Amino acid sequence: MLTIKNLKAGINGKEILKGIDIFVKEGEVHAIMGPNGSGKSTLAAVLAGRELFKVTEGEVSYFGKNLLEMKPENRARAGIFLGFQYPIEIPGVSMVNFMRAAVNEHRKFRGLNPLSSSDFLKLMREKKELVEIDSKLTNRSVNEGFSGGEKKKNEIFQMAMLEPKLAILDETDSGLDIDALRVVANGVNKLKTKENSTIVITHYQRLLDYIVPDFVHVLYKGRIVKSAGKELAFELEEKGYDWIKKELGEE
Amino acid sequence: MHPLGFTCGEIASLSWGKQIDLLGKNHKIKIKKNKIKTASKQVPESAIDMENENDNIINEVTQGEYKYGFVTDIESDSIPKGINEDIVRLISEKKNEPAFMLDFRLKAYRKWLTMEMPRWAHLKIPEINYHDIIYYSIPRQAAKYKSIDEVDPVLKDTFNKLGIPLEEQKHLAGVAVDAVMDSISVKTTFKETLAESGIIFCSMSEAIKEHPDLIKKYLGSVVPYGDNYFAALNSAVFSDGSFVYIPKGIRCPMELSTYFRINAANTGQFERTLIIADDESYVSYLEGCTAPRRDENQLHAAVVEIIALEHAEVKYSTVQNWYPGDKNGKGGIYNFVTKRGICKGDNSKISWTQVETGSAITWKYPGCILKGNNSTGEFFSVAVTNNYQQADTGTKMIHLGANTKSRILSKGISAGRSNNSYRGLVKMTKNAENSRNFSQCDSLLLGDKCGAHTFPYIDVQNKTSIVEHEATTSKIGEDQIFYCNQRGISTEDAVGLIVNGYVKEVINRLPMEFAVEAQKLLQISLEGSVG
Ligand SMILES: Nc1ncnc2c1ncn2[C@@H]1O[C@H](COP(=O)(O)OP(=O)(O)O)[C@@H](O)[C@H]1O
Ligand SMILES: [Mg+2]
Repeated sequence: MLTIKNLKAGINGKEILKGIDIFVKEGEVHAIMGPNGSGKSTLAAVLAGRELFKVTEGEVSYFGKNLLEMKPENRARAGIFLGFQYPIEIPGVSMVNFMRAAVNEHRKFRGLNPLSSSDFLKLMREKKELVEIDSKLTNRSVNEGFSGGEKKKNEIFQMAMLEPKLAILDETDSGLDIDALRVVANGVNKLKTKENSTIVITHYQRLLDYIVPDFVHVLYKGRIVKSAGKELAFELEEKGYDWIKKELGEE
Repeated sequence: MHPLGFTCGEIASLSWGKQIDLLGKNHKIKIKKNKIKTASKQVPESAIDMENENDNIINEVTQGEYKYGFVTDIESDSIPKGINEDIVRLISEKKNEPAFMLDFRLKAYRKWLTMEMPRWAHLKIPEINYHDIIYYSIPRQAAKYKSIDEVDPVLKDTFNKLGIPLEEQKHLAGVAVDAVMDSISVKTTFKETLAESGIIFCSMSEAIKEHPDLIKKYLGSVVPYGDNYFAALNSAVFSDGSFVYIPKGIRCPMELSTYFRINAANTGQFERTLIIADDESYVSYLEGCTAPRRDENQLHAAVVEIIALEHAEVKYSTVQNWYPGDKNGKGGIYNFVTKRGICKGDNSKISWTQVETGSAITWKYPGCILKGNNSTGEFFSVAVTNNYQQADTGTKMIHLGANTKSRILSKGISAGRSNNSYRGLVKMTKNAENSRNFSQCDSLLLGDKCGAHTFPYIDVQNKTSIVEHEATTSKIGEDQIFYCNQRGISTEDAVGLIVNGYVKEVINRLPMEFAVEAQKLLQISLEGSVG
């Protein structure tokens, strides 16, 4: 469903992604690992259509369409979901209004009528249970006054509401205690089907104990320097990123 | 001495006094100034790029269109351009006014000649040639219609297009309307129904003829003719407007509203509204305004006076949508308005709610004189400026009685290259013991070419009163927009969501139907201003 070929992107003339190739098929889980500053979030943002970053070379196709030509809201409506590393606060906008707008935009895109208030609230209730998120959170403004862990849970809640085809989860595990981590991972697993795919961006192997990847890619200084099966994650955990640096002859 | 017991220069006039010393000499004044909230802390290194990004978004989105800019093709009966004593006499004569009215007008005119246009506002006002304005223009054959069948179909159409049907059966249930075009009231609906409970709701012209005692007693009692430059001009040449009297103990059973429409070119609209709420009465009143899209500026200088007697309550709401000018700042209405209410009786209450989206320049400070003990004044405002619009608006709360309370909530939104200022005066006089004020002034910036300014003036003359002032400035961040986009919400809708959230507290105070209207209006005025 997603083909990334030789993708280069940067900001203000500074190149951050230096030629990325990744192929994701329906139903696959890919993990992207790598030290801080290697470009993981940038890759996620470019896929989601953040115009702050300029694509300078390469191609991305999504279900055969040129993804790079699509507006960010159309990418979202076409099924791409980004779980933000740092979810954004929007004071004054209630989670309910925000989610209703989002869900109805997705429905409109698929030629469906907007949900009635009661159907919408029913859907909210169902999904809240699924990700074990407290009602007091969904009654507040978007992410306002949420703790770090609550923000991450809220991302998974939104993912559950929108049922994406391709979910990109950017460090959804960081800052979570072990219980929250389990809840988040379970949420992701419950939402998993044969058709949809997930790209899990993470620093640590521990999330991958819960969400088992089919492929692990190591992103380093804007390049994928290693790709393999799930065993690569264990190797990384054991030997640390220095091992990669050594292999690259950097030290 | 003025009938209210103080001289004009002292309190009622628009003199602002000293701007508050923000360090707060007086220990009773609590000030939290400029808590700056931004939502874009997480990636500080990208701040500069975000600015560029904002520019791109601002530049790329299409411009919102003013939807009420059409002109009604109807012949009008105008007097010659310009102003002098003969013109003032002619207006009074055209309206068949009693001698006391002409007298009032002439005094005001002579006073106006001695005055100068105020310059203190944070506004750039081009020179206005007062001799180039037509002061009185009425649609031909518009002599107040008795029955709806007599109203010229062209006029009916005009108001229909504006969403203000003049036929009672078609109208929003529970709303009575006085429709004013240029210098005259075209039709007042539900007049008879209201009269059954003794409520007077009619045009100002009628009130002058039919209720001269009330007019003599109250006209100019809250805004004296010499109050300020524009009030003096209005007092000299005002043409029409609405008059409301709610008798003792009556709760007005429906919303009263006046819809002001400027149609004729080169014409100024100078309307006058007077609302009197007798003891233990209640009324909610709403005014709306629109004007055609024209390249030249037009002047609108209105005066509104409210009197609330013992235990009376008046809610006054405005949805101001005068033509704001085009996106390059050409044309638009100059909206210079004096609105003031007096809580004359004990335990009375006056609330101003305003949604200001239109006009090229807005200059207005609806205020309350809290004379009765335990009286309450409120001001809730949303002021939006886009493109080259300028607004200097706020309120004045003058506490004279003991245990008086005032609350101010001002929400400014600036976009484009516009400038939006809040100016508020809170004055606690010596006798206003144990009084309280709380002011909250928020500014929201869309883009970085616009400006928001807050000018609080605080004057406390007793030791038992408390004045609190809070101000915040925030900006819609590119990251907030992107977050919405990523959930499938377009940029326009994202701005709409954020703005609606921001103004919710004020909009919710409007009567239901108008709240929905006002929300749409906000969206339209901000179209193409994202940042
Ligand atoms: N908005 C930005 N402006 C300038 N540089 C940025 C911006 N965002 C990220 N970078 C830079 O790009 C590189 C990759 O960052 P990022 O994608 O956040 O890495 P990761 O998510 O792997 O930690 C870093 O050097 C970072 O400083
Ligand atoms: Mg990151």
